[in-house]
Amino acid sequence: MNTPWPTIRFTVNGKDCAVEVPPMKRLIDVLREDLQLTGTKEGCGEGECGSCSVRLNGELVNSCLVPLLQVEGADVQTVEGLASKGTLHPLQQAFLDCGGAQCGICTPGMLMAAAQLIENNLHPSMAEIREGLAGNLCRCTGFIRIFESVIAGASQTIDSSAKKAHNAR
Amino acid sequence: MSTKTTTRIVGAPVPRKEGIDKLLGVARYIDDIVREGMWYGATVRSTIPRGFIRSIGFDRNIDWSEFIVVTAADITGENRIQLIVDDQPCLADGQVNHCDEAILLLVHPDKHKLRQAVDAVRIEYDPLPPIFTIEESERRDQVVWGSDNLLKDFSLEKGNVDSVWQSAAYIVEGEYRTGAQEHLYIENNGIIAEWSAEKGVTVWGSLQCPYYVHKTLVKIFDLPAEKVRVVQTETGGAFGGKEDYPSTLASHAALLAMKSGHPVKMVYDRMEDLAATTKRHPSRTRHRTALDSDGKLLAMDIDIATDGGAYATLSATVLSRATLHAPGPYSCPHVRIRARSWATNTVPYGAFRGFGAPQTIFAVERHMDEIATAVGIDPVDLRKRNFLHQGDTTATQQLMREPVIMDQLLDRVLEESDYNARRARFARENPSSQVKRGIGIACFYHGSGFTGSGERILNSLAGVDVMPEGKVRVLVSNTEFGQGTNTVLTQIAAEAIGIGYDDVVMAPADTGLVPNSGPTVASRTVMVVGRLIERAGKQLVAMLRDQAGLGTNFTREQFFAACDRLRSAQGKVVSLVRYEAPPGIFWDDQKYQGEAYPSYAWSIHMAQVAVDMVTFSAEVEEFWAVQEVGRVLNPVLATGQIEGGIAQGIGYALYEKVLLQNGHMANNQMTNYIIPTAEDVPPIHVYFEEIPFQYGGYGAKGIGELPHDGPAPAIVNAIKDATGVSFHSIPLLPEDLFAEFAACQAHEEPASL
Repeated sequence: MNTPWPTIRFTVNGKDCAVEVPPMKRLIDVLREDLQLTGTKEGCGEGECGSCSVRLNGELVNSCLVPLLQVEGADVQTVEGLASKGTLHPLQQAFLDCGGAQCGICTPGMLMAAAQLIENNLHPSMAEIREGLAGNLCRCTGFIRIFESVIAGASQTIDSSAKKAHNAR
Repeated sequence: MSTKTTTRIVGAPVPRKEGIDKLLGVARYIDDIVREGMWYGATVRSTIPRGFIRSIGFDRNIDWSEFIVVTAADITGENRIQLIVDDQPCLADGQVNHCDEAILLLVHPDKHKLRQAVDAVRIEYDPLPPIFTIEESERRDQVVWGSDNLLKDFSLEKGNVDSVWQSAAYIVEGEYRTGAQEHLYIENNGIIAEWSAEKGVTVWGSLQCPYYVHKTLVKIFDLPAEKVRVVQTETGGAFGGKEDYPSTLASHAALLAMKSGHPVKMVYDRMEDLAATTKRHPSRTRHRTALDSDGKLLAMDIDIATDGGAYATLSATVLSRATLHAPGPYSCPHVRIRARSWATNTVPYGAFRGFGAPQTIFAVERHMDEIATAVGIDPVDLRKRNFLHQGDTTATQQLMREPVIMDQLLDRVLEESDYNARRARFARENPSSQVKRGIGIACFYHGSGFTGSGERILNSLAGVDVMPEGKVRVLVSNTEFGQGTNTVLTQIAAEAIGIGYDDVVMAPADTGLVPNSGPTVASRTVMVVGRLIERAGKQLVAMLRDQAGLGTNFTREQFFAACDRLRSAQGKVVSLVRYEAPPGIFWDDQKYQGEAYPSYAWSIHMAQVAVDMVTFSAEVEEFWAVQEVGRVLNPVLATGQIEGGIAQGIGYALYEKVLLQNGHMANNQMTNYIIPTAEDVPPIHVYFEEIPFQYGGYGAKGIGELPHDGPAPAIVNAIKDATGVSFHSIPLLPEDLFAEFAACQAHEEPASL
């Protein structure tokens, strides 16, 4: 179908994407409506709740505040990109073990914020965890199980990278 | 009795049943679902709080031929939401009674065209004077509901309160107020509806109580029960906020589906959800209390008033629970309670975790600290002198047959929080510090299950069946919205039957498939419905032994082979059981006397709060919660429930303020309705004492609402401990703290002339 809109190209979870949509269309709507990646959730539409958090070129962003024209040529990571080959990401496993997800609606965004946090810091202090997750609201857990999940996820990440390093030797 | 046996799966921290789907982002919430040919609906709402609708006009800049419009005139059955009282229209018909009341519905294939169209509907009104407060409603400044604005009232008396005042050593009076509170589930309300002449109405949505929605749709469309089907989809938080409201939204979406001939999705954005849907009832509670010279309670005279909003909705049952929790966990020979819920021209207030109890527990637990000051003893000692014990009776004359271990809970919280040492340290440090620290306590119970005769009236039916592919399914209308229904009920079924956790799944919460096991409210699911599933599982095993040759000890394979044999013989393998009330239960709805609840969960909260006397911010620094909730069936989930409830309670006390302007919520955005974030929640220490309740599922009592009851009074008591200033209302944002501190200072230091 011909549209009046230019093609915008980017990658999502490592896959090439090209969409022809109004350039001011929000990234969250493109993910959910055009690419059927409904793991990313909308909670407020104004950048307050963080449910729509995704990683854009390695930065954590609220996808409800990003017009698609800013995504041209960028690399987007969503919750659907965390697990690989049927294995949960260490954070996903930790959220499952520690009770970090209850109703689950904030969980995709919370996982992305947690992934951003531990990618840069495998030994976050409690203050750093609180700050790293401060843009993501959860109404169910009171955050305590989420903090435990992040700590457990970080230590599992350390374990698995230590194993990889050991195997590589 | 199941409570003394050892268990394999019950009590273990098995992972959340639907957890992996949620973590992978593949769980399907309502807004993730698209139906073939689906259109999108929107609502035109009242912009005034009270008045007659004079005319409805449509701006010419919109091509209205693209839209379908629905008004009250399109309703084929009764234009009424079915709850307790038959007073709330599905769509306003001639008159509006609150801002944001739904008047007209629009549907269009392109959801992006709706906002402009909603703004292009011109409604003219003949306004009537509105009322917004309990006091205006009490005075009947305007009569806005019934003949006297009174939505519901209860009164009860134990002993003879008026015989006591003259002989009392102390009489302490106080008035306490609580504000509205928004649930702020992160997933807004949403529904998809379909209609066909052949199948009737089908709705899918984010909701707590499929059979509540079903009951309303049957009346709105005047259809036989089998032509209405309600299916719950994955639900992103509810907390009571999706107990009754989805009946309205489902009716709207289904009306649009019928008239347009298309499946219709209606998902609110945050501003609409905040402005138009229910909140916690604001309240005012007055206490007058008589004590002897030792600080023993002699009489409690309690007057409760709640603001119910424009329609009755659940105000009667919220008021009932408020009444039954108003005296606190104390033994008192003479108690009188008068409770009233008043109509105002605001969005109807509704169910919210705790359901009236957090309001009256705030009052009584704040009042206990005021009494302690009047009597001159420590707040902890005052409570200890007055705790209920096994063998005592409550205000409704309910005999406490089961153990009551408040003393034990108190010892535990004092030890874990190192209460005495902390108080001593704060007393030492506060005088020279800009930040004043204090520690506050709240003691409370929460009745599990429906009040009084409620569970007998519900008469729940639930069970299990076995699928040919080798899975046991739990058949209930109770829903998962984060609390852990799926996990705990499948744990119970697996335990009762003697198979693995992975062998049991939940049947979809679909009224076409599951029996009515009652609503998912009132901390009843695990205790009441869990008990039904335990019985149904054991009944299934007995059936297989009797009719399909299952041995006394069996493997998983032998179990499913026996199921196959029974299915060959009978066509299906299903075990259903109906609710049976515990023996000896008596309840008098007129006098409000008897067994108010089959069991109670008990808890004590302790909060350490720091108040900055320059910025006037109050911060909870540490929190302890000990509770007796019967048997804990899943320790990770149970701990998560307690922590989450406490976080909401902290918000209720210190952050969350619903601002009404002419009856419309002015701060209907997450930007300015503030809830606790990851940086605001303190370390929370959670401890369980377990006393199995013999009539609860594997010994469980209710847990879900309990943790919301205590934080607000514990925090405000801690503020008093820190600063010496008593606050009598919540929420307490910095501006509220400032106002009271300034008033106290002015009182203490009169300005010199």
